Amino acid sequence: MSPAPDFLGWTCPRPLQNYPTIVMGHGAGGRMMSDLIENLFAPAFDNELLAQMGDAAVFKLPAGKAAFTTDSFVVNPLFFPGGDIGELAVYGTVNDLAMRGARPFVLSAGFILEEGLPMETLGRIVSSMATAAKKAGVRVATGDTKVVQKGHGDGVYINTSGIGVIPTGAAEIGPALAKPGDVVLVSGTLGNHGIAVMSVRAGLTFETEIRSDTAPLNGLVEAMLAAGKIHCLRDATRGGLAAVLNELASASQVGIEFDERKVPLRPEVDAACEMLGFDPFYVANEGKLVAILPAQAAEVVLAAMRHHEYGKEAAIIGKVVAAHPGLVTARTAIGGMRVVDLPAGELLPRIC
Amino acid sequence: MCLAIPGKVIEIYATKGMKMARVDFGGVIKEACMEYLPEVKLGDYTIIHVGFGLSILDEKEAFETMDLLKQIDDMGEEGTAA
Amino acid sequence: MKFLDEYRDADLTRKLLADIQKTVTRPWTLMEVCGGQTHSIIKSGLDRMLPAEINLIHGPGCPVCVTPLELVDKAIALASRPEVIFTSYGDMLRVPGSRGDLFAVKAAGGDVRIIYSPLDALKIARDNPEKTVVFFAIGFETTAPANAMAVVQARVQDLQNFVVLVSHVTVPAAISALMQSPDVKVDGFLAAGHVCTVMGYWEYEPLAERYRIPIVVTGFEPVDLLHGILDCVRELEAGRHPVLNAYARSVSREGNKPAQAVISRVFETCDRAWRGIGVIPMSGYRLKPEYGSFDAEQRFPEVRAIETKESPLCISGLVLQGIKKPLECPAFGVQCTPQTPLGATMVSSEGACAAYYRYGRLDPASLAEPGKRR
Repeated sequence: MSPAPDFLGWTCPRPLQNYPTIVMGHGAGGRMMSDLIENLFAPAFDNELLAQMGDAAVFKLPAGKAAFTTDSFVVNPLFFPGGDIGELAVYGTVNDLAMRGARPFVLSAGFILEEGLPMETLGRIVSSMATAAKKAGVRVATGDTKVVQKGHGDGVYINTSGIGVIPTGAAEIGPALAKPGDVVLVSGTLGNHGIAVMSVRAGLTFETEIRSDTAPLNGLVEAMLAAGKIHCLRDATRGGLAAVLNELASASQVGIEFDERKVPLRPEVDAACEMLGFDPFYVANEGKLVAILPAQAAEVVLAAMRHHEYGKEAAIIGKVVAAHPGLVTARTAIGGMRVVDLPAGELLPRIC
Repeated sequence: MCLAIPGKVIEIYATKGMKMARVDFGGVIKEACMEYLPEVKLGDYTIIHVGFGLSILDEKEAFETMDLLKQIDDMGEEGTAA
Repeated sequence: MKFLDEYRDADLTRKLLADIQKTVTRPWTLMEVCGGQTHSIIKSGLDRMLPAEINLIHGPGCPVCVTPLELVDKAIALASRPEVIFTSYGDMLRVPGSRGDLFAVKAAGGDVRIIYSPLDALKIARDNPEKTVVFFAIGFETTAPANAMAVVQARVQDLQNFVVLVSHVTVPAAISALMQSPDVKVDGFLAAGHVCTVMGYWEYEPLAERYRIPIVVTGFEPVDLLHGILDCVRELEAGRHPVLNAYARSVSREGNKPAQAVISRVFETCDRAWRGIGVIPMSGYRLKPEYGSFDAEQRFPEVRAIETKESPLCISGLVLQGIKKPLECPAFGVQCTPQTPLGATMVSSEGACAAYYRYGRLDPASLAEPGKRR
């Protein structure tokens, strides 16, 4: 759970706690909004780019190719075991940059707040983002705040965009670069995030130790790139492993075959999936990546991953083949074979 | 109609006059209604469907059937008696 | 997980497959009735591992697939009402009605909530006294005890704002109807293990006798399914037609009496339309008159006159009865795909059409003669 913000540590004499909830004025561009920025956002994110307080942050990019990504975060509930929307917002964008081999450099953070959102909730989320940004080694250089009327939002929506830099001379990493003979690996146990969020979803609650695996993967990716050549990288978020493998198979026009028994799964995630009728390969992840790389690089890269905090349970799960381009198949636990399609839509608990 | 999985009963209590239990599904715990299993005891494995216990798994029967299935059978005449 | 992992053992699976191969001397057509069994077969890849002589037909055992179009339309109409909180099991959200599905209602602002247990729907009713909670009570006999208990509890807790839209279907009448159809050619049945957990299997004895077909109560994991198939094939080879129990750890001949008692208290048998198949007499449950105040159709009589419009292209009924294969449908893969389904057999993850769609892209040759898959 993210720590509560330290209101007492702020020096502003006009305390924010006069406004226990967000009101329309906080997005109106006037005194209330600058109070919010000065006393909540700025101290939390605390860096010289943000301190410019200009309409745009101006900086020099390190040498290399720029990578640019954006993502919006609308998760509900806002807080779940192992994380919150703030952490997701930072790590999600950091990871998208990392998946192209880029070193994350700066983020922007746009907030759409619903009138009535408790200030303490916003404080916790922002605090969480600040901690995440530090952990990922990235700065929130610019931001925006809007407030919508009660009933027109879900508490908080966050958009983060990110700029990263791919060092000069680095080999390209992209979804269309998988080749027959390549190996498919994952960075650790799958399904944790989706099950953690599900376990606190109204109407479905269950007791479990499962926590979201949200984490910054840029460090892990750097370690992997230092160890060997990588063709494709994808963070496995919505749609799970199945979505990623299908997208890569399609983009590269290759077939992918994996072995169900080799996919690392926590027993409790397995159990929760059984209970709800979920296929664990369709459950969302956060701090997990799928990599496709040449067979000769596999063992070295795997070793490098297992040395890293976020790759301890990395495993080789399958291979790329020339057969059935665009299609993903799995060897089942009993030695059979099934086609693993793109997920149809939202994962729904079933009775049948 | 058919997604029902085995879980171990780890606590039995009553809510709103209904017999309920906390059931452990291999590490995930969820509440289920035991009104249809009045004789259920702590430690029993039950089949749970949409939050209701429908049967208590007969371990002895399960072992015996498993043994039978594993036997190398060269007669092809036996079936599982109804 | 105990009582699951042992039944997914690869070695035992291989051994049972070999046993079946040793036992068969000619082709046999078996029908498994339960959607959960179909799902397990496809998910484990078992369908492609069975000996060529075994032709497995996926019967109409998925309540999603057979819920009549009219009831889906009524559900959509009710869910669209601003004073209604519509609660349903997840399976039903993507089933196409005449115009759209429950997901579309949710997207348009309807309060549609997925629940895991009918008791959750009761809680929603307690927590929202100013709204009417409609619960979509679908399923086979397996789900009837749970759905019935919700109604019983609604009465006990005096919940005035809780009603159920009932669409229950029962298996024995369906088997009878299938066997009476001249187009259906089935040699043996794998009865649904969890339906029989509730109802027992004594109801199948007259069916086995009348139609001279073996019926084997079967579970859901690969070892269970192969056990059921092996038993069934043994009887067929020997020319016998008993009812056997291959899921004895959960099923007894009498079934679960307390559950049956509550079903009888709340529901009575009635004729029921099965989507794509037609009306099968005495194949469904409806609320007994004394529980009529909990009937959504009585509470909202406006939904009684719903005009349904089934896609003229959809032949899911024929597929469900094993009379036609999905490939024989002109709309298959063209107008009808998992993303744009015309009928329930393409929506449901174990629907025959969805399954064929997946495999067709992998190995078209394997679909030409399904009995000869390898």
